[in-house]
Amino acid sequence: MGASRDGRTVPLADRRRRVLTLVRKELRQILRDPKTRRIVFAAPIIQLLLFGYAVTTDVHSVSTFVVDHDRTVESRALQDAFTAGGQFRIVGRSDRPADLEKALDQGRSVVGLEIPAGFARDLAARRGARVQVLVDGTSSNTATVAQGYAARVVQEFGFRHAAARGDIRGNGVELRARAWFNPELASRAYNVPAVMGVLLLLMCLLLTALTVVREREMGTLEQLMVSPLTPGELMLGKTIPVALIAFADLVLITLVAVLWFDVPLRGSPFALLLASALYILASLGLGLFVSTISRTQQEAFMGMFLLLLPAIILSGFMYPVHTMPPFFQYISLLNPVRHFLVVVRAIFLRGDGVVELWPQFVVLAAMAAAVLLGATARFRRSTASGG
Amino acid sequence: MLSSLRLRAMARKEWIQLRRDSRSMVLAFALPVALLIFFGYAITWDVTDVRLAVLDEDRTAASRALTEAFEASGYFEVVSRPASRQEAAGVVQRGRVAASLVIPPGFARDLGAGRAAAVQFLLDGSDANTATIALGYADAIVARYSRTALLQGRRIEAPASAEVRIWYNPTLASRNMIVPGLIAVIMSIIAAMLTALTIAREWERGTMEQLAATPVHRLEVVFGKLLPYLGIGVFNVTVTTVAGMLLFGVPLRGSVVLLGVMSVLFLLGALGLGMFISAVLRSQVLATQVAMVATYLPALLLSGFLFDIASMPVVLRAVAFIVPAKYYIAVTRGVFLKGVGIDVLWVQGLSMVVFAAVGIGLATLVFRKRIAD
Repeated sequence: MGASRDGRTVPLADRRRRVLTLVRKELRQILRDPKTRRIVFAAPIIQLLLFGYAVTTDVHSVSTFVVDHDRTVESRALQDAFTAGGQFRIVGRSDRPADLEKALDQGRSVVGLEIPAGFARDLAARRGARVQVLVDGTSSNTATVAQGYAARVVQEFGFRHAAARGDIRGNGVELRARAWFNPELASRAYNVPAVMGVLLLLMCLLLTALTVVREREMGTLEQLMVSPLTPGELMLGKTIPVALIAFADLVLITLVAVLWFDVPLRGSPFALLLASALYILASLGLGLFVSTISRTQQEAFMGMFLLLLPAIILSGFMYPVHTMPPFFQYISLLNPVRHFLVVVRAIFLRGDGVVELWPQFVVLAAMAAAVLLGATARFRRSTASGG
Repeated sequence: MLSSLRLRAMARKEWIQLRRDSRSMVLAFALPVALLIFFGYAITWDVTDVRLAVLDEDRTAASRALTEAFEASGYFEVVSRPASRQEAAGVVQRGRVAASLVIPPGFARDLGAGRAAAVQFLLDGSDANTATIALGYADAIVARYSRTALLQGRRIEAPASAEVRIWYNPTLASRNMIVPGLIAVIMSIIAAMLTALTIAREWERGTMEQLAATPVHRLEVVFGKLLPYLGIGVFNVTVTTVAGMLLFGVPLRGSVVLLGVMSVLFLLGALGLGMFISAVLRSQVLATQVAMVATYLPALLLSGFLFDIASMPVVLRAVAFIVPAKYYIAVTRGVFLKGVGIDVLWVQGLSMVVFAAVGIGLATLVFRKRIAD
C-alpha cells in the first residue's frame, strides 16, 4: 500500500509505461477468451439487428376477420379497400358472427369487420350504409392505430362511391404531409441510432462492472496493489482497454446502421465521435462504480442489471420521454442515456452538430467527470480499507 | 424412487442458500415492484398537446374553422403563428414545434368550388414516433372536417361509415395492455437471473461432486432446486396481479385458477430452461448473460408485450412463433381482459404444457449427463 503512495515522485514517462503495460494486459485478458470475443463483437451486431427490426411502432398487416352478410359487388369492394393499403390482412371469413367473436377471443384476429345485409342497398338508396368494426383493445397501440385506419377506409369508400355518382363535388380536404429528415417516418431510422446508445452502455457496463471485482475474487487485486501502480493509474489501465473496445463497437454499429438499415448519417462523424467519447466515459465510470461497491462478480452483475433497467426505460428508447409524468421526466434528466439519445438521433437524422447540441455535450461531459471521479474516490477508499 | 423427504431437504438447502444471498433477494422481490412502477406509471404512448405552428394564408371562415378543429381536438396546441412559409418550415427544422400546418390562399374557394383543396402538414421526422402519431391525429381531424364540409347544406348522411367498437379494453388504456404482459417479463427475468445461477454455483464452489455423491435422485435435485424459485415466482405473479388490479385498475375477468395453473406451467418451463443453461455453462456470470438473451429479451421484444409482431419482418415473426412468452401473454391478456377460459385458450394451454415438459426435461437430462462425465 505504501508503494502506491510513492507514485507521485515517479517521472511521467514511467507512469505512462506502467499504465500502458496494464492496458496491454487487460486487452489481452479480454480478447484472449473466444467467448468474451463473441460477446464483445458479435453480440452487439445481433442485438442491433434484433432491436432494429423488433422495436417498431409501425402498424400494418393487422389480422382481420370478415363476416359478409351482404355478398354484393359493393361489399367485396369494401373488403378490397381494407386490404389495398396494406394496413389490413384478411385471415378468415365466415357467415356466422359467432366465428368472428371466437377469432377475437382466441386472438387469431385483431379486427373484425361485419358487413350487414342490405349494405349495397343502403349505399344505393343514399341511406347512409353502416358496417360494424370490432377491435381487440388488449394491444392498445395497435388497436388505436387500427381503429383510425378502419374508420378512414370506410369513410373514403363511401365518398368515392358518392363522388362517382356525382352526389358530392370534389374530394374534400387533402392533407399533404411532408416530413423532414425522415420522409417515410420510418420508425427504424429513429430507433436504430438509439439502439446504439443502449448497446454502448451495455458493453461498457458489462466489461467494467466485472473487472475490479474479478481481480478481487481471484485474489489478484492484492498483487496489483503491491505493484507500484497508484489507484488512478489502475483505473486508467482498467478503463482505456474497455474504451478502445467500445470505440471499435461504435464503428461497427455505425457501419451496420448506415449500410444495412440505411439510416442516414447526416451530421459530422467527428461530432458523433466526440459525443460517444463522453458517453463512453460516463458509462465506464458507472461500471467501475458498480464494480467497486460489489464483493462478487454475481453482485456486480445484478447491480449492473438494476442500473441498466431504469437507465433504459427512462431514456426515450422505446418509450418517449415527453409523454411521461413530470416526475419521471425530471428523474430522466439524471440519465446519461437520455442525453446521448438526443445527440445521436440529432446527429444521424437532423445533421446537427456541436453548435446545436452544446447543452447535451456539456451535460454528458459533466456526468462523465462526476462519475469517474466518484468511482476513483470510492476505489481508493475500498482499497485502503481492504489493504 | 422419488422421496418427498429428500426433495424437501433439497428445496430447503436451496432456499437457505438463496435467502443468504441478499442481492438475489433484492432482485427477487424489489425488481418486480420497480418494474411495475416504471412500466405502470412512466410509460405511455398517449401523445397529447403536440406543439403546432399554424400559417393561415387564406384567412377565411373556412380556414379558421380548420385551425379551430385542430385546437379543439385536444391533441394539438398551437404555439406559434409563423409569418411566412420559410418560417413555418424553419420552426419545424429547428425543433421548435413538432409540426406546422400551412393553409394556402384559395383554400375556401377551392373547397366551395368542389376542387381538391390541399393543406400542407410539415413534420419533424427525426422524432418518428411523435410524428407518426401526430400525422394520424391530423389525418383524422382533416377527414372529419372534410366530411362536414362536403355534406354542408345537403340533407344527406355520410355515404358509408363504420361503427367502431373496442372490445376488452374500451378506453384503450395502455396500462391494461402492459400489466398482464409485465407478468411474463417479470417471470422471465426471475428465471434468467436467479435459476441460471443455481447449478453453476455448485460447480464454481465445488459442491457439485458432493451433491452427486449423495443418494438424491436427479429429478429430486431438479425439482428441489426449482421449488424455492417457483415459490418466488408464484409470489410475484400474485403481487403483480393484486397491484395491477388495485393500483392500476386492470380488470381480472377470467378464472384465477386458470391464470394460476398457466403461470405455474410457464414458470416451470422458464426455470427449467434457466437451470439447463446453468448446467451447460457452469459459470454464473456467463449463465446469467446467456439466460438473459434466451428468455428475457424475447419476452420483452418478441412476445407482443409492447411491439406488434404482425408488423415485424418474416424472420422475427418465425422466431416469435417459438417464444413461450408470446403464448403466456396471450393467456394473461385472455384471462385478465377477455375473460376467456380454457375452451378458447387450449392451444396456449397445450404450449405451456409442452414448454414446462421441455424445460424440466432438458434440465434433468443435462444434469445426468454432466454428473456422469
